[in-house]
Amino acid sequence: MSGRRHTARRIALAILALLLFSPPVIGLFDIPSAITGLSWLPLYLFCAWGGIIALTAWLQSRESVLQEMPSLTETRSDDARHEK
Amino acid sequence: MARILIVDDEPNIVLSLEYLMQRSGFEVDTANDGSQALQALQTQPPDLVLLDISLPDISGFDVLRQLRQTSSMRTLPVIMLTAHGREVEREKGLALGADDYVTKPFSTQELVAKVQALLDEVR
Amino acid sequence: MRSNLIVLTVAFGYLALLFLIAAWADRRAAQGRSLIGSPTVYALSIAVYCTAWTFYGSVGRAASHGPSFLLIYLGPTLAMLVAPLLIRKMVRIARAQRITSIADFISARYGKRGGLGALVAAIALLGITPYIALQLKAITLGHAILTTYPTLPADTLAASPFWTDKSFWVALVLAVFIILFGTRQLDASERHEGMVAAIAVESLVKLVAFLAVGLFTTFMLYSGPSALFSRVAAQPSLAGVLSLDNVPGGQGGWLGMLVLATLAFVTLPRQFQVLVVENVDEAHLSRASWLFPLYLLLINLFVIPIALAGLLLGDAALDPDSFVLTVPLAAGLETLPLVVFIGGLSAATGMVIVETIALSTMVSNHLVMPLLLRLAHRRPARYKDTVLAGWLLGIRRIAIVLILMLGYLYHALIGETYSLVTIGLVSFAAAAQFAPAMLLGLYWRGATHAGAVVALSLGIATWAYTLLLPGFARSGWLDDTWVNEGLAGLAWLRPYALFGLEGWDIYTHALFWSLLFNLGALIGVSLFTRQSPLERTQAALFTGALQPGLWSRAVTGQGQTTQGELYQLLTRYLGLAAATRIFAQADASTQTSAHARPASPSLVARSERALAGALGTASARVLMDSVVRGETLDREDILSLLDATSQALEYSRRLEQKSHELEETSQALRAANARLRELDRLKDEFVAMVSHELRTPLTSIRAFAEILHDADTLPEAQRQRFLDVIVHESQRLSRLIDEILDLARLESGRMTLHPRRLDLVELVRRSTETIQRVLAERGVTLELDLPDVPTPVSGDPDRLEQVIINLVDNASKFAAPEHPRVRLALATTDRHVRLLVEDNGPGIAMEARELVFEKFHRLENTSLNVPPHGRPRGTGLGLPISRGIVAHLGGRLWVDDAPTLGGACLLMELPLAPDEASTT
Repeated sequence: MSGRRHTARRIALAILALLLFSPPVIGLFDIPSAITGLSWLPLYLFCAWGGIIALTAWLQSRESVLQEMPSLTETRSDDARHEK
Repeated sequence: MARILIVDDEPNIVLSLEYLMQRSGFEVDTANDGSQALQALQTQPPDLVLLDISLPDISGFDVLRQLRQTSSMRTLPVIMLTAHGREVEREKGLALGADDYVTKPFSTQELVAKVQALLDEVR
Repeated sequence: MRSNLIVLTVAFGYLALLFLIAAWADRRAAQGRSLIGSPTVYALSIAVYCTAWTFYGSVGRAASHGPSFLLIYLGPTLAMLVAPLLIRKMVRIARAQRITSIADFISARYGKRGGLGALVAAIALLGITPYIALQLKAITLGHAILTTYPTLPADTLAASPFWTDKSFWVALVLAVFIILFGTRQLDASERHEGMVAAIAVESLVKLVAFLAVGLFTTFMLYSGPSALFSRVAAQPSLAGVLSLDNVPGGQGGWLGMLVLATLAFVTLPRQFQVLVVENVDEAHLSRASWLFPLYLLLINLFVIPIALAGLLLGDAALDPDSFVLTVPLAAGLETLPLVVFIGGLSAATGMVIVETIALSTMVSNHLVMPLLLRLAHRRPARYKDTVLAGWLLGIRRIAIVLILMLGYLYHALIGETYSLVTIGLVSFAAAAQFAPAMLLGLYWRGATHAGAVVALSLGIATWAYTLLLPGFARSGWLDDTWVNEGLAGLAWLRPYALFGLEGWDIYTHALFWSLLFNLGALIGVSLFTRQSPLERTQAALFTGALQPGLWSRAVTGQGQTTQGELYQLLTRYLGLAAATRIFAQADASTQTSAHARPASPSLVARSERALAGALGTASARVLMDSVVRGETLDREDILSLLDATSQALEYSRRLEQKSHELEETSQALRAANARLRELDRLKDEFVAMVSHELRTPLTSIRAFAEILHDADTLPEAQRQRFLDVIVHESQRLSRLIDEILDLARLESGRMTLHPRRLDLVELVRRSTETIQRVLAERGVTLELDLPDVPTPVSGDPDRLEQVIINLVDNASKFAAPEHPRVRLALATTDRHVRLLVEDNGPGIAMEARELVFEKFHRLENTSLNVPPHGRPRGTGLGLPISRGIVAHLGGRLWVDDAPTLGGACLLMELPLAPDEASTT
C-alpha cells in the first residue's frame, strides 16, 4: 500500500516539475532585470530545478526506508535464480 | 344420590348441564371459574366432575392437576369439556388423569350416558 | 604547454588511464567485488548523457538561443523523476529476458520478430551516426583550437586526404579502445562493468573540468557574478540574450524541446544501455532519480557566465561552441585549457564508447546474425560444423569499426556545416521515434507488431523528410530548391512547413509531425491488427512486468528436445565453456550417454535465455525453434497463466459478489419464510379461536334444543327460558360470524368503506340513541360532552357508528358494578377530532393496553377483562375490528388514562375533513 502512495507522490512531483518548467509559468519570469537588462528566467529555472531536486531527494529518503529493502531482496533472489 | 360438580364459565352452558344432570337424578353443584371449583371440591366433595378447560382464572387442566394431587380425590371421575377440537388437548387431559373427554357442542344423551357409566364403574 | 605532442600525450595518457580503470573494474567484477554497485556510480554512468554537445554546445546554445539550452537537461530531470516507476519496469523486463539493447527490447515486446529488431537497429544507426560524428568533430575542433589559438583552425577537411585528418585517427583509436573493453565477453546482456566504471570516472572528469572553467571565468576573470553582470549591463546589445524571445520557436518551441529531451533521454541507445542494461540493482534508481538531475544542474551552473564572458570577448572568442576553450585561452592560461580539452575528450569518448557498444550489439544481433542464421538455415551442409561463437565477437568488433568510420564519414562530408547543437537535436528527434513503440508497449497490451512497424517507419520517414534531408540539402549535399519550394513545387510539402504549419522551430515542427504519424499509426494500426500468440504473451509480460512473482512463474515451457541437441546448439553459438556452464546450472549432464535424454523445461528456458543474452531475443527464438519440437517453450501457457490469474481473480470477485447476493437473498427468504410460518401459525391460532368461539354458543343451542326435544312435559316458564337462551345464543352466533367476516375483510384489505363528509357530533348522538336501551337495561349512566358546532370528518357513517357503539358497549360492560358510569367526549384540535370513551371500571393495566386490540383477547385469563357478573361477554373481536376501521379512515384508536372517571379510556382520533369550500 505504501508503494502506491510513493508512486502517487512521484507522479505528482513530476507533474509539478512539468508545470514549473513549461509555459505559461516560465513566461511569468521572463522579465528583464532592472540593472543588467538580462532576463530573470534562467535564475528562476535554476531555483525551480534545485527545488525539485531537493524535493525528490527528500521523497527518496522517505521511500528508502520502506522500499529499498524489499526491492533489494527481490533483486537478489532474482539474480540468484539466474546465476545459480 | 350422586353429586355432580359442573365447572364452566358460560352461564347458559352451566344452565343446560344443571338441568340435564338434575333430570337424570343427580345432585348438582356449579362453579364459574377455577377457584370456585377448587373451593366447591373441598367443601362438598362430589362423585363426578364435569370440567371445562377454558376458565377465566386458572385453566381446567390446573384444576384437574390439583384435584389429582389430593389423595381423597385421586380416583374421582372427571369428564373434561372443551370447545377445542384438537387432539392434543384430549391427550393432555387424559394424561393428567381425566376419565373422559367431551367436545362441545355435545350430544346430551351421550353425555348423560358417559356420566352414568363412570359412576357405575366406581360403584 | 599547447604543443601538439603534449596535447596528444596527455590525451592518450588519459585514455590509457581509463583503460586501466576499466580493466581493474572488470577484474574486480570477476572476483565478485564489483566497483559499480552503488547508486552514485549508477548516476554518474547515466551522465554519459552529457556529451561533447553539453560540454561545448551548451555554452554555444546559451550564447545564441538564450535559456533554451537548459531544456536538454530539464527533460531528463522529468524522466528521472518517474524513473523508479518507468525505468524500473524496463530493468525488470530486461533482466528477466536478457535484453541486450533497445532494438532487442522493442522486438521482444512485439513478439521477438527479427524484422522489427532490424528496423530499430537501422533507425538507430541512421539517427545516431551524426551524433557520433559530432563527438569526433568536437574532439578534432578542440584539439585544433588548443594547438592553433589565437589563429583560426584551418579548414582541416577541405582538400586534404583522410589520413592527414586527425578525426580519422581519433575515430580509429577510439575503435581500438572500444573493442578492447567493450567486447571482452560474448554475452551482451552481461554488464560491462569496466566500461561503466570508466564512464563514471569520465563523468567526474568532465564535471570537474567544466566547473574549473566556470569558477575561473566567474571568480578570476571577473571578480564574481556581480562584476560579470555589471559588465554585461554595460553592453546593451547583450540585454535580450537570456530572454524567452531568443528561444527558437518561442513558447511552443520551448515545450517541443522539453518533450524531445524527455523522450530522447530514455530512447537514445546509449541511455538505454546505461539506464537499463547496465543497471546493477533496481534500488539504485530511486537515489539516482535526484543524484543525476543534481549532476545536470551542477554541470550547467556556469554555462551562462561562460557564455556571457565569451560574448564580451567579441571576435577573440571565435565560435560560441568553443567559448569553453577560448575564454581561458584568451586570458593567456596554459593548463586550464588542457584540462578543458580533457574534459571535452571525456565527454566525447564516454558517449562514443557507450553508443558504439550499444549500436554494435544491435548491428550484430539484429542486422548481421539474422542474415547469417538464414544463410546457415538455407545451406545447412556448408555451415554444419562452423562454431559460430567466435564469429559473434568478430562481427561485433567489425561493427564497432564500421560505426566509427560511418561517424567519421558523416563528420567529414556533412558535419562541417552544422553546429554541435544542431547535429545533437537531429539525433534526439530520431531516437524519440522509439518512444511510442517502447513506452506505449510497456503500458498498453493491445499495441501490435504491425502497429509498431508502421509507426516506426512512418515516424522515421517523417523525421528524415522534415529534418535529416533538409539538413543534407542545406549543407550542399543535395539540391535545396525542394526545401524552400516543397517537393515537386508543392508548397504544402515544404519540409520545414509541412502541411503549411509555419512559425515553429524546425525541431519542434519535425517532432510534432513525426510523433503524430508515429503515435497515430501505432494506435490506429494496432486497433485493426491481431497479435500472434507469442506477441500476446510478450505484451502481457511487458505490461505486467512489475506484478510480483510474474517472472518466476513464466519460466517453464513444454517444448521437447534432447539434451544432446541443446548442448550442440549452445556449443556452436556460445562456445564449449558457456554450454557446459549452462548445463551445470540446470543440473543436466553433458555426458554423451545423456544426450538422448529429453531436455527439462528449465534447461530449455535457460538455454534460450543464454542465447538471447548473446544474440538477442529474436535470433535466440529462431535457434530454439530449430531444435525444439512441438510448441517450443510455449509462451502461450504463460499468457494463459496470466490471463487465468486475472480471470480467476475476476471470477472470484464475481463469485464473491454472487455469494454475497445469494446470502442476502437467502436471508430475505429466511425472513419471508419465518414471517409466513408466523402468519401460518397465527392463522391456525385464529381458526382455532374462531372454532372455539363458534362452538360455545352452538353448545348452548344444541343442548337446549335437545332438552326441549326430549322433554315432552316442561313447565311453560322453563320452556320459555330455554327458548330465550337459544334465540340469544343464535344472535350471538350470527353476530360473531358477522364480526369474523368483517375482520377477514379488514385484514385482507377487501373491506369496502364508503367515506363521505359527515358531522361527527350528529353521528354520536344517533349512535348513542341506538344503544341507549341496552345501557338502560344495564343501569349504566351515559354522559355526553359534545361541542355545539358541527365537527366534519370524512368517514363511512355505518362503520363509524359500529365503532362508536362498540366503544360505548365495551365501556358499559366494564364499568363499575355499583353506579356504572360511562362518559363520551368530543374535542377538536387543529386538524384532528378526538372521541373519548371512559368508564369508572377497574381500568386496563399498562401492559395490557395493546393486548386488548388482539383478536379474541378476552380469552386470556385475566380476570380484569371479565365483565362483572350478569353482563354479556363480547366476542373479543370488537376492538380489533374498530381499530381496523379507524385505521382505514386515516385515524388512530388507542387506550389511555381516563381523565375524569378513572377507569378504562379509549381514544379515537380522526382527521378533520377539509373545509367544504375547498372541497367543492
